[in-house]
Amino acid sequence: MAETPKIELRNVCKSFGKKVILDNLNLSIAKGESLVVIGGSGTGKSVMLKCILGLLKPESGEILIDGEDITNSSGHRREQVLRKTGMLFQYAALFDSLTVWENVAFGLIQAHGMKRKEAKDIAIQKLALVGLGPELADKRTAELSVGMQKRVGLARAIAAEPEIIFFDEPTTGLDPIMGDVIDNLIRDCTQDLGATTLTISHDMESAQKIADRIALLYKGSVVWAGLASEIHTCGDPYVEQFVHGDVDGPIKLDILKP
Amino acid sequence: MDRNFLATIGRVFISFMAAVGRIAIFTGQALRHCVIPPYYLRLLGKQMMDIGYYSLPVVGMTALFTGMVLALQIYVGSSRFNAESAVATIVVIGLTRELAPVLSGLMIAGRVGAAIAAEIGTMRVTEQIDALVTLSTNPFKYLVAPRLIAGLVTLPFLVLIGDIIGVSGGFLVATEKLGFNAGNYLNNTFEFLEMRDVVSGLIKASVFGFIVTLMGCYHGFNSTGGAQGVGKATTNAVVSSFVLILISDYFLTVLLID
Repeated sequence: MAETPKIELRNVCKSFGKKVILDNLNLSIAKGESLVVIGGSGTGKSVMLKCILGLLKPESGEILIDGEDITNSSGHRREQVLRKTGMLFQYAALFDSLTVWENVAFGLIQAHGMKRKEAKDIAIQKLALVGLGPELADKRTAELSVGMQKRVGLARAIAAEPEIIFFDEPTTGLDPIMGDVIDNLIRDCTQDLGATTLTISHDMESAQKIADRIALLYKGSVVWAGLASEIHTCGDPYVEQFVHGDVDGPIKLDILKP
Repeated sequence: MDRNFLATIGRVFISFMAAVGRIAIFTGQALRHCVIPPYYLRLLGKQMMDIGYYSLPVVGMTALFTGMVLALQIYVGSSRFNAESAVATIVVIGLTRELAPVLSGLMIAGRVGAAIAAEIGTMRVTEQIDALVTLSTNPFKYLVAPRLIAGLVTLPFLVLIGDIIGVSGGFLVATEKLGFNAGNYLNNTFEFLEMRDVVSGLIKASVFGFIVTLMGCYHGFNSTGGAQGVGKATTNAVVSSFVLILISDYFLTVLLID
């Protein structure tokens, strides 16, 4: 029998009112693998991520981490699971009431009970990993550029050396060069940690750079999944359309024709 | 037409009851996290400074001028039936039982409730609250509990100081402007004052502090959308605090009168 997947989603359904967002979603990510979920906006990528993190509760289906069903766990058990994870938010979501190093060290101090001084040293090390100098440590996060904020967010996500890291649109809103810098950092940091990563993105270039495997989400379910190297040769009509950015194809956008 | 009218009343009633239910659940959760560890003492200290100490000028000003105007107005009334000696007693009882707690509560709602709703609301819409969860930190413990406890604990102190300043204001006007003898005025102030006048005012203050911080947290927590959503949350926090303070004041008075 194959190894237990690090993260597994089984028939997950989620809807808001009458609008179905996730429709029998199945997904499995092996230990140490980097999976990128691509798909247009509104296809349920973010909702999927929020369901895994427990910020939203799916109506049915199961979400397993390390083979343990965490779909309905809350409180202490949920915190235990989250202690294994890190997350980089689309707009970094840094705490603007805290300094840069306090942001990076947040998980270490709050969840792992580390002393502030010790945590600051580690925070400065992590900042160095993402190419930020120690002189930034005591700055307010609002003083940083978007690219820097994203790197601080990355440092915060990897600070506690998690087993699983989630990335929400890591390159959105960045210039192409900074996007590439972030992609490289994500690849290097996660490889060093041996972490399992789940990224949601609509940036094909970035996806191919950081993914081992890619899954395409459409209308709340996975319509194609395969190795990143196969994406140009698979011949799947959904993938073809998404990769080439065609208006015509099996993926229909809810846009009224003028 | 009639049916539409009834339907509207029904809809309003149902949504009102739904809001009451949501607030009750929120309150229950918040109180639970106030008592179970871990406690964030550093944050509690910061909130006590923000809510308590920095509100001193506002509360002091309010109390001072209320005491002054009270002495003037009561003098006008009581001199019509030669009961000028009642001025001191009515000023001190009016302030401690009613005006200091209620007016301070309203001022705090404007100063603190709005700030809490805006801060937590912004954290909600910029995903900072989600980020807290992913760093295994319960937002109720980290954001709500310190504010609630700070409101509950610091308001009585603020109001006690307000009582003293307000009575002093009345004393100043009575002796400097209305020609009262200072010794007699002070005698009259304390002769009929009972401990429970002061204590009932402080109990009210504590409840109002709880209401203001709870409404700030609740509306901030549930704000949606961007800047507009946060603006709405702030307005709702202040308005609902005002209404709840005025309504609960009546029932607290009924409860505390014997």
